[in-house]
Amino acid sequence: MIDFGFTVSPSSRINLDKCDKKSFSALAALEPDVLKCMACGSCSASCTAAHFEPTSVRRAILSLQNGQVEQALDLLKSCMLCGKCTMVCPRGINTRHLIISIQKIYGK
Amino acid sequence: MIYEGKKKIWADYQKEIPEDHYFYVRSCIRQSFFPASEVTFLDITRNKLGKDIFGTEHHTTCGGIAYHSDTIPQETVMTIIARQFALMKKYGYENYVCSCITSFGLYCETLETWREFPELQQKIADNLWKACRLEFAKPKFLVHASDLIFKYRMQIAAKSKFKLVNQKTGEPLRVVEHIGCHYSKMFPSKGVGGAEYPYVLVGMIEAWGGQIIDYPERRHCCGFGFRQYLIKGNRGYSVSNTHKKFESMEPYKPDMIITNCPGCPYFLDRWQYVIAETQGKTYGQDGHGIPVFTYEEVAGLVMGYDPWDLGLQTHQVSVEPLLDKMGIPYDPAKKFLGKNGKFIGEPQKPHCLK
Amino acid sequence: MKKNILVIGGGPAGLEASANLKRLGYNVILIEKDKQLGGHLAKWDRLFPDGVSAKQTLNALLDEVSGVNCFTETEVQQLNVLEKSYNAILSNGITILADAVLLASGFDLFKAEKKEEYGYGIYEGVITNADLEEAFREKKLPAKHPQAIGFVHCVGSRDEKAGNPACSKVCCATAVKQACEVKEVYPDADVYCFYMDLRMFGRHYEDLYLKAQKEFGIRFIRGRVSEVAETTDGRLQVKAEDTLSSKPLKVTLDMLVLMAGMRPSESGKSVGRQLNLTTEEDGFFSSADNLLSIQRSKLPGFFYAGACTGAKTLPDTLHEARSAAIEIDRYIKEKFSEK
Repeated sequence: MIDFGFTVSPSSRINLDKCDKKSFSALAALEPDVLKCMACGSCSASCTAAHFEPTSVRRAILSLQNGQVEQALDLLKSCMLCGKCTMVCPRGINTRHLIISIQKIYGK
Repeated sequence: MIYEGKKKIWADYQKEIPEDHYFYVRSCIRQSFFPASEVTFLDITRNKLGKDIFGTEHHTTCGGIAYHSDTIPQETVMTIIARQFALMKKYGYENYVCSCITSFGLYCETLETWREFPELQQKIADNLWKACRLEFAKPKFLVHASDLIFKYRMQIAAKSKFKLVNQKTGEPLRVVEHIGCHYSKMFPSKGVGGAEYPYVLVGMIEAWGGQIIDYPERRHCCGFGFRQYLIKGNRGYSVSNTHKKFESMEPYKPDMIITNCPGCPYFLDRWQYVIAETQGKTYGQDGHGIPVFTYEEVAGLVMGYDPWDLGLQTHQVSVEPLLDKMGIPYDPAKKFLGKNGKFIGEPQKPHCLK
Repeated sequence: MKKNILVIGGGPAGLEASANLKRLGYNVILIEKDKQLGGHLAKWDRLFPDGVSAKQTLNALLDEVSGVNCFTETEVQQLNVLEKSYNAILSNGITILADAVLLASGFDLFKAEKKEEYGYGIYEGVITNADLEEAFREKKLPAKHPQAIGFVHCVGSRDEKAGNPACSKVCCATAVKQACEVKEVYPDADVYCFYMDLRMFGRHYEDLYLKAQKEFGIRFIRGRVSEVAETTDGRLQVKAEDTLSSKPLKVTLDMLVLMAGMRPSESGKSVGRQLNLTTEEDGFFSSADNLLSIQRSKLPGFFYAGACTGAKTLPDTLHEARSAAIEIDRYIKEKFSEK
């Protein structure tokens, strides 16, 4: 192998063919409301932790749908389960409970 | 794949290409990248097909590389181009054919800009007169050299000695065609077949017996992208794009790649070496790469030119497996002998790529 | 003597207007260029938001026009403005003196092959919204179960390069409806909707969206499909950006349904040329006033109903047909009581 000072960079493309749909189905079975998210962003806008650390239930749901589990868990790791997002969700998703369910299915 | 559907689209993008009498403009970089391509183009068109293709030592670069890497302003490049067109007129021609896709794209862009901003055209005409005392002119027909080979493809097929067919199996060779971005992506109507399903190289491949491969990333850029390559820190982008294309075409097991741009065959060829040395991956059979050719080289092979006269020894990826498939005779001992018969030196063998 | 009203176009707008004009006591002559009445409705299977049968809906409209003079496979060959009326020469040789004319020429579906990058007519698995309705209606869905199906919203709508910057209004709801319907047939398939904005504006439309998400697990991806290609095994590789995560995305599908939008109909345009009717930038006819009198054209005695003045849903179209009948009645009464 030769070091040219540059090399092939990894693709940032989401590949839906290769993402883990089984775990997401398991999550949806446990927490059907996860499917109702319409990406309005109320949860992230009201999030206490998001002022300091990248935290977003909306983006975490999207990341799981796109098969980016690490990223999803990262976006929830600073959550303090205060429940403000649950109060503001217009689709009535119990986001607080959802976060716990995500940990159950995907957490290590 | 519904072939009829593609034919419908091709019918929408017919381009008028005059049969004869052209002012020919060479490329800056093709002569060093693919030393025999332009010579072969001239030999085929002038001597084999008897066309009037005029060339002059007085023309210059079109300024494209400098323009696309942001080192000269647009007015400068337009004045350079106006000088090229003026030379065409001076020598009594109105059809303009260029060897380079970067040039072709830039000529299309310039003509379109002049059409839309006549005051700018006047300014460039004034610049031209002040700088060179030449009379401003625009070509009646602007074509790329691949348009001409496309136009003459049946005449070439009629004179062919070899076909794009595997001699052992009788099967057509599986050919990837790669069109330079600036051929028709900017102005789809200026390219034969448009931008989504360009026909210019497909027509040649069909006429010469090969089979087209439609792989998912066929429209993707080769990775050259000017600044992506010219600045070393960006070269990772360049090779990543090439890598993406090869990963996409790999399952189709192509025998060869044909291109119509200066940058594309260079990067599709050379980056196979870099990918092999950094990723340990090769895309051809038994550790070989996929050989990459210019359309003139392929026309030359089909017409029975000696592979070493076509400059194929300057390619990174070895072309011998393809020559064997097509049944083209070659003398391995002469591969690295120059035109004068003297040894020109032999490159070191890569670690991974055969 | 009964006044003659010529209605051009036998789709929902023409049918509903004819029925109402007949009820108001006019002698209605309805002409339709196709063999059968019903326009696009006759080609559809089920209608959003509740999935009612298009056939039953059409039959209800057809019941109401019994007794109206209908000429199918007939077009206007020549249309002349006279002092108080219109003289129409029809392709079947009949000449009609009409006291008022209603144009209900509707829309043509955008020709999806114009979006070359989607490969309609080139890749087997790429079909349109109309093709899918036909497959449902004729029960000709692919027997081999697809693993993944995609829907592309806004094909030839909100697209200046395709010549139509306008929203076609019905495609979002149609796509979500069709997505649910294919999921019913192929419950194991992954179904994706590629949208830019979801315009679920009507009553029950948002419920349909919620149902698509929660009951059918349809994945909504915000981003327009940029190109389609074929894989080695003849499936479709689709590229888009997931704009919510700002990342390029690819997915392999077996079927891709293009939601072709609405363009002014060619037959309507040909009538427009006869009378030099003005159109707006979107190509649809311009009304006398877009708020107060959409049904009136700028020519006295010449009226519009339905999608010839822009994309409409079916209920919109039917409302317009009824109000056109009222407008025509008012015009005739004012015009002929002057003496």
